[in-house]
Formats: sequence, structure tokens, C-alpha cells
Amino acid sequence: MSSVAIDSSPGAVKPAARGRWMRSEEARGLAMISPTLLYALALLLVPVTLVVAYSFWTQNYLEIDRSFTLENYRQALTEPIYRDLFIRSLWISLATSAITVGFSYPVAWFISFHGGAHRNLWLFLVTIPCWTSYLLRVMSWKVILGYGGVLNTGLMSAGLIDQPITSLLYNANAVVITLVHSWAAFAILPIYVSLQKIDRSLIEAARDLGDGPMRAFLRVTLPLSMPGVVSAFLIVMIPTVGDYVTPKLVGGKDGVMIATAIQAQFGKGANWPLGAALSVTTMVLVSLVAAAVVLALRLVVRRIR
Amino acid sequence: MPDRPMISIENVSRYYGSYRALDDVSLEIGAGEFFSLLGPSGCGKTTLLRSIAGFDVPTAGEIRIDGTPSTLLPANRRPTNMVFQNYAIFPHLDVGENVAYGLKRLKLDAAEERRRVADALDQVRLTGLDRRKANELSGGQRQRVALARALVMRPKVLLLDEPLSALDKKLREQMQVELRSLQKAVGITFILVTHDQYEALALSDRIAVMFGGRIAQVATPKEIYQRPRTRRVADFLGGMNFLQAKLTSERSDSVSVETARFGTIRLERPKGFAPTNGHVTVGIRPERLRLLWDDERAPHELVGRVENRAYFGEVTHLTIGVDGLEQPLSMIETNDYGADDLPLGADIRLAYDPEAFVLLAEEGGSRQ
Repeated sequence: MSSVAIDSSPGAVKPAARGRWMRSEEARGLAMISPTLLYALALLLVPVTLVVAYSFWTQNYLEIDRSFTLENYRQALTEPIYRDLFIRSLWISLATSAITVGFSYPVAWFISFHGGAHRNLWLFLVTIPCWTSYLLRVMSWKVILGYGGVLNTGLMSAGLIDQPITSLLYNANAVVITLVHSWAAFAILPIYVSLQKIDRSLIEAARDLGDGPMRAFLRVTLPLSMPGVVSAFLIVMIPTVGDYVTPKLVGGKDGVMIATAIQAQFGKGANWPLGAALSVTTMVLVSLVAAAVVLALRLVVRRIR
Repeated sequence: MPDRPMISIENVSRYYGSYRALDDVSLEIGAGEFFSLLGPSGCGKTTLLRSIAGFDVPTAGEIRIDGTPSTLLPANRRPTNMVFQNYAIFPHLDVGENVAYGLKRLKLDAAEERRRVADALDQVRLTGLDRRKANELSGGQRQRVALARALVMRPKVLLLDEPLSALDKKLREQMQVELRSLQKAVGITFILVTHDQYEALALSDRIAVMFGGRIAQVATPKEIYQRPRTRRVADFLGGMNFLQAKLTSERSDSVSVETARFGTIRLERPKGFAPTNGHVTVGIRPERLRLLWDDERAPHELVGRVENRAYFGEVTHLTIGVDGLEQPLSMIETNDYGADDLPLGADIRLAYDPEAFVLLAEEGGSRQ
């Protein structure tokens, strides 16, 4: 701001204006982020452009036919196998995010409202599972959910079941259970942050105006923590749609998701254009569903008055 | 004393560990009274207000609201409403929705609800602003929304937690006038928490001055300013010149004390007066001392010299050194005759009225 007063010589308006911009807060900020920005842009734009380009080409054995075609998209959208995989992937990721947010909200709420002096310790504990490798965590779920696994033997020795439950592993349930656990920390943190930002006197005001604890929560705490809920939902949903490792390890035949099909096209199938078309379709579908979820959540909260 | 207590607080204490935020407080506040809790920060005034609102549960004692024992009643079931210090306007709702917030629970029909919201907004002079977003309001408007939101509930008691402290001086003075006339218009009990003695004096029917979790004095503004019971109360409610004095004679309704330079003064005997080994403190307000110009004469005079001078526009604050007094006297003089031009070190004469002295009790009643 001080540069305004110094540079305002009326004779040389243009160079002064440029010099002023070069010294402005904005220019300095841009300069500061530019290495990261360029790096991120290059690594985002180039691969995405490549994938989009590939999706309009055709694989001709070892050659790529670069003439424009929509054949890949026709296959991606009409082949029943892909349609089923899309639906299952979206369904699993939606269920995962809904359950994750559902479990994470109370945890975040507890830490924020009743964490007391130990809030940071609680948050630290939440992140502990992330210290081990993702792969190891998925593998340990196999140990827990398996036919002779921890859960089944535990329930059997407790006398609650006679036969091991077989529906635990190698299906969509196992994928959801494993993903919920893996992503919980990433949902707790944004919800916690948005709860932390709520002025506690707003909740007192709601109580003062006649609301019981539950109504005050529904009418004030929940709507004001919605940004956190929405970002938690998206943070979990967007990556899980394309998750590859978890379905591969615990999903079995019934838990296969779209990433497996995409991998097959880029690998064994050697049909990169079809793989690219499936990837792009996934991206578009995820964006649409994410937008729909955000709108739906907003609408639901607006109804609570 | 109020004829019908709206709020009665009986021996209420609140401990946080070993810290006593409230220490055996008893108080009665009448229906329709504008009552202020005045004190420095940390004196327990906000804790007391929050106990009345139901946000804080006293460790001991009983709070009755309109005769109902309410100590353990949750905030949502008390006939009280609060204006918060930061106003606590719901940021996700507009002005109309904020004001209607508490009405939703009453399940009024839509027309009735609209009418009550509009009436409340009229009352605080925000007519027609009900579609305004919470973040588009100025400080003064936020305060009015908070007032309307509380008043629309038709509470028996309105609690105000330093409601004017966030406003600038001009707006604050304007809102003081409005608050006072609003209270007269709705006729309900207002309890105001403030650390600003002028605000308390200007608004209240009665004031309770609090120090260290205890009530030091409860009285009308005039009485508390003119007849403060203790040195601390006197000091908190504006400037006061304190003088050490020796008790010379004691009667049932009056006492005589001997002071350096001011001579023998006869004072009204305060209730429960007990001198400690004959030494007492008396005080006189700076504005009760008056400069004498030229050959003006007064029955009680004193000579001194100007030690310091501070210009305040309409008045000048003078510090006058007087031989034989430990502390210089402070006085406030209007600038009509040129008190603002008095040179430092100038010899002056000042007049005082012996009737203006007050006898101050020792601090036995309150604890640090």
C-alpha cells in the first residue's frame, strides 16, 4: 500500500504501474508459489491431456491409430461389464464415504467439544493408523475378516455364532469396511476443523432461545459444520472410486471395481485408448456424483430450520 | 429493596478448583428493574449472569426466577433471554430467521410469527431489514438483531453481557439512550453486566458493584456515586481524593473526624461503622473542589499550587499540591474562567464543602 504514495509520479504512469504491480503483495505471492504451481500444473495437465487424447484414438495391435473416434466411449458406456463396474464403484465409494463421515463426525465432535486440554493428543491418536503402510493395513484386515480370522474365531469363542461368517471377506462389504478404516482420519480432520471454528456462544444462544441439546445441534452445529462434512465426503469419495489396491486384496470376485478394469486395459488387454476412455468416464461420473452429493447435503441442511 | 423479587440469588458460590469466581453472593432484583452488575474483569459479574441464564451451575446456593427454583434448570427452560457480548448472530441465517429462531419452537401460525418478528424489528428500529444477511450488518445493527431476537421471546428477564463494549463511543452513547427507553417500553427486568461505570450510572435503577466474587455494595446510581461504602467502590466509580483522618467524637447518627488541612469535619455515620483504632479514611470527589478566582471568598478555603494539568475539552483536570497533605488533590474545573491556562506552579486557592466528604469503611467486607 505504501508504494502507492511513492510511485505516483504523474509523468510515467505505465512503468510506475508495472513497477507497482511487481512489488505488490499479489506478485510476490505468485512468485512464491510459482515453482510448485508450475510443477503441479505440468504433472496434472500433461497426463490428463494425454489420457483424454488417447481416449479418442484406436489401438491397432502395437500401433496407435490417431484418427478421432468415439468408439471407446461407446464401449465404456454400453458394455454391461463396464456399466456394472461403474455402478458398483460409485456405490462402494458412496457407501464408504457416507459410513466414514457417519463414524467420523461423532469422533470429531467429541474431540472438538469435549477434548479439553488433550485435543491435540486425541488428534495425534487419530493419525496413528496412518503410520503403517496402506498395504499393511489392508493386509491386516484380511487377517481380521478371514474365514479363520480374528473376528470369526472371536465371535465363535464368545459363543455368538456356530459357523464362521463367510460374507466378511472377498466381497464389496470387505472393501467398504477396509476403506472406511483407511480413510477415517482424513474425514475426522476436516470435520474437526469446521467444528472448531464454530463460535460456542452460537450454541449457547440456541439453548437460550429454547432449543434442547439435540435441536441446538441440528439447527446450529450441524449446518455450520457442513463445509467440513462436504469436504470430508469428497476427500473420501473421489479417491475411493478409483481405488485399486483394496478391491484387489480383499474384494475377491464380487468386490472388483473399475480401477481393475482400467488396469487390465493398460496392461494385459493392451488397449490403452479403451483404458483412457474408462478413466475419463470415471472422472466425469465422479464429478457429477460429487456435485449431486454436495447439492443434496446442502438441501437437506437447509430444510432443518 | 424491590417489592416483588423477579430474581433472587441466595448464598450462591461458584468455585473453579480453589478459585472462587462467586463467593457467597446474595441479591434480589425486582420485576421491571434495570439492574447492573458492575466491576472490573474477573470480579465474577459474568459468572453470575451466566448462572442466571443457565449456562453455569453454581457450586452452592439457590437461584429463583420469578419464584421458581431454577438453579439446575437448563437454559432453554428458563424465562430469560440473553444478549451476548459478541451478539452471537447465527451466520447461516438472515436477520428475519435469526429473530424468528426461538419462535419456531412455539409453532405459531406463519402470519403470527411474521407479525412478531416485524414488531421486534420495529422495536429496535431495524424495520424492513429482515432479508439482510448476517454478515452484511454493522456492529450496531448486529447488536439490535441480538436484542430483537431476545425480546421477541417475551422473556421475564433480559440479560445483557457487556452489550455495548464492542461499539465505538458515539454509537455506544446512542445505544445507551435506546436501551433505557426500550426497557421502559417493554417493562421487563433488564440485567446488565458492564465494567464501564458511566454506562452503569446512566442506565440503571440499581447497581451492584462486585470485587473478587463478592458484592461490595448495592444501591441506586446516585447513592453509590455520592455515598460509596468502601474506598474500592469509591475508586472504581470515578476519581476520589482520599484523606487519612482521626476520629474525634462519635454519636449515634454522626461522627467527627480531624484531618490535616481540612480541619474538623462532621460526617453522617454509615451503617455498621466500626473504626479501627481511631483511624478512618474520608473521601471527596474531585468535582466537589472548586477554584477561587481573584478576590472571590468562600467559607472553607485552602491554598495550594498547580502541579499538573490535563486538558479534556470542556473540563481541565488539575493536580493541586497542598502543604501538609501526603497526596496532592485532584480536581475537575470547567474551562469557563481559564483553568486550562493556569501555569504549572501557580499558587491558587480552592473552596470545598465539608458536607461533600464521605466516610469510607475499611475493606473488611470484601476479599481480594
